[in-house]
Amino acid sequence: MAQVVIRNLNKKFDEVHAVKDVNLDIRDKEFMVFVGPSGCGKTTTLRMIAGLESVTSGQILIGERVVNDLPPMDRDIAMVFQNYALYPHMSVYDNMAFGLKMRKFDREEIRRRVHEAADILGIRDYLHRKPRQLSGGQRQRVALGRAIVRHPQVFLFDEPLSNLDAKLRVQMRVELKKLHERLGTTAVYVTHDQVEAMTLGDRVVVMRDGVVQQVGEPLELYNRPANLFVAGFLGSPAMNFSRVRVAAANGGLRIENEGLRLAVPPPLAGRVGRYVGRELTFGIRPEDLRIATEADPRDLSFEAVVEVVERLGSETLLDLSVGADTMVAAVEPDAPARVRGRLRLAVNPERMHFFDPATETAV
Amino acid sequence: MIEGAVWRKWVFFYIPLAAFVFLLLFPFYWMIITAVRPDAELYRPWNAPNYAPFWTANPTLEHIRYLLEETLFSTWMLNTMIIALVSTLISLVCGVFAGYALARLNFPFAGGLGTGIFVTYLVPQTLLFIPLSDIVRNFRLGDTPWALILTYPTFLIPFCTWLMMGYFKAIPKELEECARIDGASRFKAMLYIILPIAVPGILSAGIFAFTLSWNEFIYALVFLSSPEQKTVPVGVTSELIRGDVFFWGPLMAGALLGSIPVALVYSFFVEHYVAGLTGSVKG
Ligand SMILES: Nc1ncnc2c1ncn2[C@@H]1O[C@H](COP(=O)(O)OP(=O)(O)OP(=O)(O)O)[C@@H](O)[C@H]1O
Ligand SMILES: [Mg+2]
Repeated sequence: MAQVVIRNLNKKFDEVHAVKDVNLDIRDKEFMVFVGPSGCGKTTTLRMIAGLESVTSGQILIGERVVNDLPPMDRDIAMVFQNYALYPHMSVYDNMAFGLKMRKFDREEIRRRVHEAADILGIRDYLHRKPRQLSGGQRQRVALGRAIVRHPQVFLFDEPLSNLDAKLRVQMRVELKKLHERLGTTAVYVTHDQVEAMTLGDRVVVMRDGVVQQVGEPLELYNRPANLFVAGFLGSPAMNFSRVRVAAANGGLRIENEGLRLAVPPPLAGRVGRYVGRELTFGIRPEDLRIATEADPRDLSFEAVVEVVERLGSETLLDLSVGADTMVAAVEPDAPARVRGRLRLAVNPERMHFFDPATETAV
Repeated sequence: MIEGAVWRKWVFFYIPLAAFVFLLLFPFYWMIITAVRPDAELYRPWNAPNYAPFWTANPTLEHIRYLLEETLFSTWMLNTMIIALVSTLISLVCGVFAGYALARLNFPFAGGLGTGIFVTYLVPQTLLFIPLSDIVRNFRLGDTPWALILTYPTFLIPFCTWLMMGYFKAIPKELEECARIDGASRFKAMLYIILPIAVPGILSAGIFAFTLSWNEFIYALVFLSSPEQKTVPVGVTSELIRGDVFFWGPLMAGALLGSIPVALVYSFFVEHYVAGLTGSVKG
């Protein structure tokens, strides 16, 4: 039963300012995911919450308590490490029991809790094995088990799935989600995999260079990215960007460059209107493009040359050249596209994004 | 190519290996054969008709009997054993703690201190015994086992510290962090998690330290004078070489018996020892 509150958190290693003025309210029972490129300060933030790294300035609260100066063991948290960090000389049972033994639980209670956790995770049969006799997935479960036996207030995960192969990762992702629904413990989860972030998180924090870029529910971030970085980071294949000029045209607004000439839909016109005569960055996701039909208006579609056709089965990715830009479109699997052929593509007008080229924030 | 591989294997592997094994084992063989060879054969001139340096037809235990009954050899063994064990123990305890501190606690100058400790290990004993003998005299330790028990750590502790530091550094620090989140203090995390994992490292440091102090010669020669205080290497060489007369039989018997404990220690721990040298624990 605990929320985690982070106020103006900063971390400096001698030269590197790894975490800059982070403010965050993680609610009770929430599954919060930190995502961002390598070196952006996710792990450092998590380790400060755990108490493994000192805080340069700012405050961290777990529950109602300021924990800045508490040692890790008094914070009532459990952490799962990327390399699992199982104690190699102890059996699975002892690995899971260690935390309880250190906290002087009685034998019977320890046994009960370890067996309970082992049942939840399906590792009952390996309890007497040593970690090196387990597969990667089983070790991962033991690491999870070690975290849940203590019934901590907060779980901290640092890329716990990144050492697993692709298939197992998907499976464990689902199990983690179920586990969280079952236990309802507040969780902070660090990953650089955006799919994990989107699927696991109740809310997601996107970080770059130690700075929080945006916090919100996964679809909110996906549909309304606050800036160019978030827009480009979430989604695969990534959003297409193109530099355009804004012009007024017969009562409405138009964006144009060498290859594009599109009408700005009325709901966006108000905000885009301030940029008339200036440049903007236009963004459109690959799945918001489709092959145009005769019915599509000319000012919501554009002409492109197909460079590469990737047929993935569930969809087809087209690498296009549009004027001086390249774009990717995700179209239906059997789309009639040929390399070096010309195509007309229609834009979904409700899903157009605009960013200020100077500040990179969404318009 | 497969046929080529066979002769290659002989030329580059079996033959050099055999030569190497022969070179390594020959001194031991010589030691054993001399220890059981009767005096009559030992001092037979090389050009006598029945001269057979590599073999004896009449092995005898006479030299060993002489060693055990006519000299203080068993006392020397006991002395050496006690001195080697106690100084190894002291050095291991200090080395483990110091190595841990240097590897894990981020205090200022940790790196420089580590290098400094290693450098002290490089100071030759032949220089160090001069100031040390002054200290030994001031504390009136001369001619007692303490003279060695307390001076051997001067080279054993740097050695153990250095070895353990490398070993601790190879243990992922997440293990300890996890233990500390699990509720262990720094000391308990070290006791329950790090030390058990470091057992192979501790054993190899211990074996090395034990061997070094067992075979040590200079300090033992300088700091001990009465025959009943001596260690094996000094006792054997000082009591069985009188002037320019070498009592080859008892000398070799002494060398043979003296190397048995070390050989036992090695063979007993050899698996751990090799694991300690090749290092690395997987998380
Ligand atoms: N102990 C340290 N000493 C100095 N700099 C550090 C230390 N730990 C991290 N850093 C620096 O702080 C920044 C953030 O590191 P952090 O480990 O938090 O990144 P991350 O977001 O977890 O990246 P990744 O996805 O690669 O794990 C990096 O620039 C890193 O070089
Ligand atoms: Mg990280």
